[in-house]
Amino acid sequence: MRRLAVIGMGIIAILIIIALLAPVIATHDPTEINLKEAYLPPSSGHYFGTDGLGRDLYSRIVYGTRIALMIGIVALGIATIIGIALGSIAGYFGGKADSIIMRFVDIMLCFPSFFLILSVIAFIGPNILNVMIIIGATSWMGIARLIRAEVLSLKSRDFIVASRALGRSNFYIILRHIIPNGIGPVLVNFVFGVAAAILTEVALSFLGLGVQPPNPSWGNILIEGKEAMAVCWWIVMFPGMAILVTVMAFNLLGEGIRDMLNPRLRK
Amino acid sequence: MFRVINLPLYICIAVFFLIYAARASADDINIKDAPVYGDAFVSGSTADARNLIPILASDTSSSQIVSMLFNGLVKYSKGLKIIPDLAESWRIQDDGLTIIFHLKKDVKWHDGHPFTSADVEFTYKKLIDPDTLTPYGGDFEKVKDFIVIDPYTIKVSYDEPFAPALASWSMPVMPKHILEDAELSETGFSRDPIGTGPYVFKRWRSGQRMDLDSNHSYFEHRPYIDRYIFRIIPDSTTMFLELQTGSVDAMGLTPLQYTRLTDTETFRRGFRKIRYPSFGYTYLGFNLDTEMFKDREVRQAISYAIDKEEIINGVLMGLGSVSTGPFPRESWAYNEKVRAFGFDKQRALKLLSKAGWRDTDNDGWLDKNGKRFEFTIISNKGNDQRRMTAEIIQRRLMDVGIEVKIRMIEWAVFINEFVDKRMFDAILLGWSLSRDPDCYDIWHSTKTGPGEFNFIGYKNPEVDRLLEEGRGTFDYEKRKNIYNEIHRLLYEDQAYVFLYVPDALTALSRRFEGVEVSQIGIMHNFIDWYVPKDRHRYKR
Amino acid sequence: MGKYIIKRILASLPVLLGITIISFMVIHLAPGKPTDAATQLNPKISLEVRERFEKKYDFDKPIHVQYLKWIGKIIRLDFGRSYIDNRPVIRKIAERLPITLLINILSILTIFMISIPVGIKNALYRGSVFDNVTTCIVFVFFAIPGFWLALILMSFFGVHLGILPISGIVSLDFENFSLAGKIIDVARHLVLPVLVASLGSIAGISRYMRESMLNVIHEDYIRTARAKGLPENLVVYKHALSNALLPIITIIGLSIPGLISGSVIFESVFSIPGMGRLMVESVFQRDYDVIMAGLVISACLTLLGNLIADIAYSYADPRIRFNK
Repeated sequence: MRRLAVIGMGIIAILIIIALLAPVIATHDPTEINLKEAYLPPSSGHYFGTDGLGRDLYSRIVYGTRIALMIGIVALGIATIIGIALGSIAGYFGGKADSIIMRFVDIMLCFPSFFLILSVIAFIGPNILNVMIIIGATSWMGIARLIRAEVLSLKSRDFIVASRALGRSNFYIILRHIIPNGIGPVLVNFVFGVAAAILTEVALSFLGLGVQPPNPSWGNILIEGKEAMAVCWWIVMFPGMAILVTVMAFNLLGEGIRDMLNPRLRK
Repeated sequence: MFRVINLPLYICIAVFFLIYAARASADDINIKDAPVYGDAFVSGSTADARNLIPILASDTSSSQIVSMLFNGLVKYSKGLKIIPDLAESWRIQDDGLTIIFHLKKDVKWHDGHPFTSADVEFTYKKLIDPDTLTPYGGDFEKVKDFIVIDPYTIKVSYDEPFAPALASWSMPVMPKHILEDAELSETGFSRDPIGTGPYVFKRWRSGQRMDLDSNHSYFEHRPYIDRYIFRIIPDSTTMFLELQTGSVDAMGLTPLQYTRLTDTETFRRGFRKIRYPSFGYTYLGFNLDTEMFKDREVRQAISYAIDKEEIINGVLMGLGSVSTGPFPRESWAYNEKVRAFGFDKQRALKLLSKAGWRDTDNDGWLDKNGKRFEFTIISNKGNDQRRMTAEIIQRRLMDVGIEVKIRMIEWAVFINEFVDKRMFDAILLGWSLSRDPDCYDIWHSTKTGPGEFNFIGYKNPEVDRLLEEGRGTFDYEKRKNIYNEIHRLLYEDQAYVFLYVPDALTALSRRFEGVEVSQIGIMHNFIDWYVPKDRHRYKR
Repeated sequence: MGKYIIKRILASLPVLLGITIISFMVIHLAPGKPTDAATQLNPKISLEVRERFEKKYDFDKPIHVQYLKWIGKIIRLDFGRSYIDNRPVIRKIAERLPITLLINILSILTIFMISIPVGIKNALYRGSVFDNVTTCIVFVFFAIPGFWLALILMSFFGVHLGILPISGIVSLDFENFSLAGKIIDVARHLVLPVLVASLGSIAGISRYMRESMLNVIHEDYIRTARAKGLPENLVVYKHALSNALLPIITIIGLSIPGLISGSVIFESVFSIPGMGRLMVESVFQRDYDVIMAGLVISACLTLLGNLIADIAYSYADPRIRFNK
């Protein structure tokens, strides 16, 4: 298990490098249309071949790495911030605040999440920013519950009482003591969430609600290629592999962290 | 001596036998090829029908089914002449102001009730009723009087000459005896209709398929194909797979499928590919109230900057032609003298420069008075061809320094928010045209209200006058000249960049005989299609 | 127990109300109206005709009035009519629900049949080649875009081998089949959809099972059982497993709301007339009553599912029972 997690970590590191160095690694402008070179199979001129408008697939996938990682990390970042904020408030202050927030969590959990995402995007318009925000706004519930549980269990511990006795503000206590202790499961949640966010973008692209062309996202490259799947295997194979490898990497990493955190397995 | 004399006789006899034998086998062929009843036709569609009430059905799927179930008074022949449908003949009087229709006497509705002029009157009244949410009422509001002379004779008169009048009576007729007291927007008839057409409604499994059975007492003749099955398959890739296994007999092909995916031996053995120009065009329309598009030279420049051949080759894979104006080549109103603007980047830049657009700050984009030349093209989501076209236009305009953003919007929002309220810069859409060239609703300056079709706000008094004249006379030559002139003026003005006329592409199972490809498609003689006995796929 | 159930139900009502309010606001504030979907650009529906249509459906009234009207109808179990074809919403949902339920139930059975043994074996042989390899395989299935897998399988089994139907849920000649024939026909049509639907979720359940089993295996009472000399099989499959399965019960409860939700992508590719397509088409066409009905039913089932999960758990886990 440890080994797989390390492999996952490695792949993610490579992806981050690819994303950062995209302009250097790519061979063409990912949005350059060249109709005379449409639907070409992989070759030395185009490593992954070209799509229906003659755009270089390799470059599009390289730039798509940026978008995939960005969507995953920003969306989950938003979710995590909301989750930590609401979860800690609910757990720490208890009472009315707790009731209201937990009620709100229940409400959000009652909506089928993908349906909610696609509905809102259909209403406010699909672009990268909206996609990130909406995925974030619908993924925080699990984190909130985790943090709340953590806070509840820590609330009565000695060092918290001591901290309060010392006159530290609630905010300070939450920030310095509670969160670092609860971070483990949140991290696991984060990593799995990134994988899920990438898959959600692909699903949104199927409905035309994902990242809009000509911006290259693995989702919209894949969907555009679906038409030509039978004759142009490369247009579907390469983005598909990219998604596969990335999602797997994040899942393996998440599993690895989860295993590591489980005290019972530390033997 | 004997031989020499009898040789001609033997030759005659031999020839006679040969001829007889040839005729006999010709007869054999005829007998074998005589139409047989039976089998079914399965058509594939990505969208389900919505409403089978003829005057309310406006989407493609509903219209397709309605055309199988209902008839109008007249219809178009494959030679584009107006021929009888429910009306067996008609007389035009008073210089075209009056039409007297004589209806066929032996027509029955699918429930056995006889068809009479009362049904036509009923349909007409519903069409002009303001409470009916029909899109097709416009043509019928021009009728001055509608008089039922007897159960099989109708007299329709107009205030002023209205050229599209006769063709407008191809509107399907609804049964009065069933719908008389019904509320059209609520009646179950929309999902269980009764018509006079060649096929009878049998069953509708929502979202899955619709079944129609042939009308054995159809007034023309009983269709040879016993069943018409309409299968709903939302994903076009899946539909293509179904086509390959023969579970679908006909589907519309994308250019890519037509060129690349259908060249295998197995495909060609089982299917034929049919291609004919569609009767319409795709265009980029400018909102003429927007400052930057008010200048005709700017619009022409943009037209020169776009390589239309490139779009046809890239998006349509060559299966289409450049549009030179508001009429396709197959229309009698088409003006051959109008030449399309070719791809000329230099000329575009010159025109733009003349209009004041130059790159003064050297950032790669044109500007004027400090404002950069940028605009957004909107189009409706779900149409791959339009999306690709928009991206190509975006790229070409970028080459001349114009920044273009693209927004693909879903239909419900598209119409309401953007088109009706005219909140757009440029719009990428297409028109599917009726056979009569009257395009008053699209180009006349009075049709610019919310919800109307001149949403680009085109106002040209000369064209207005021509449009009014064109629909107000019956003289074919005169009309031809008028519309030729309209064609020329509209192209010069470039209120639209007329882009292309796509070809209609269909794959059809080879087992169907009797198919005739014409300008109005292949379904015009569907009741004459048949499948030879040994190739039936669907038994009862 | 009865009192507890009633308390829970009462507590759920505000949640339900909250859901309806939020849903209603969101979908009505969205741009576009059902009238627009019903009138594509081809038609010549003038603005005044459209306005009349809107008045008929109360779209011109302020939003809280519309909401109260809707609540009034719901209480009488009148879910309204679809704007697209004017049929009762209940009927449209009733057409789509059975097939969605069928596929989901079959999927859940398949998922459990595969995931639980895999998860257990993973836990028992943690760190082994088997563990690593199955982990990878399971994650691959999670990460493959479903429609891609679907199209490939359809191509292979449907076109190439020709042994399975490609799409839809019944054949064209379905009406003519005997009862047995009909059952077989539906079964053949469901093989690929259920397979594709299940494969993606095996990852989740099997990992959960693995984790749960790992937690239990290392408990003291297991160590005691082993020390007592009990055969390993008994230890694992009776004692450990029965405890490890407890969290799975929670999952079953949490899967209940998922039973009625279909995946629109999956249904589109397989041409299955299910709830997924109905709901998404309703969103695109702004068919308000259908959307609201779907959300309300989904919410009710979620709350019900949670309740059942909690009760079932409390029955299964004696620790909780004794604490009551």
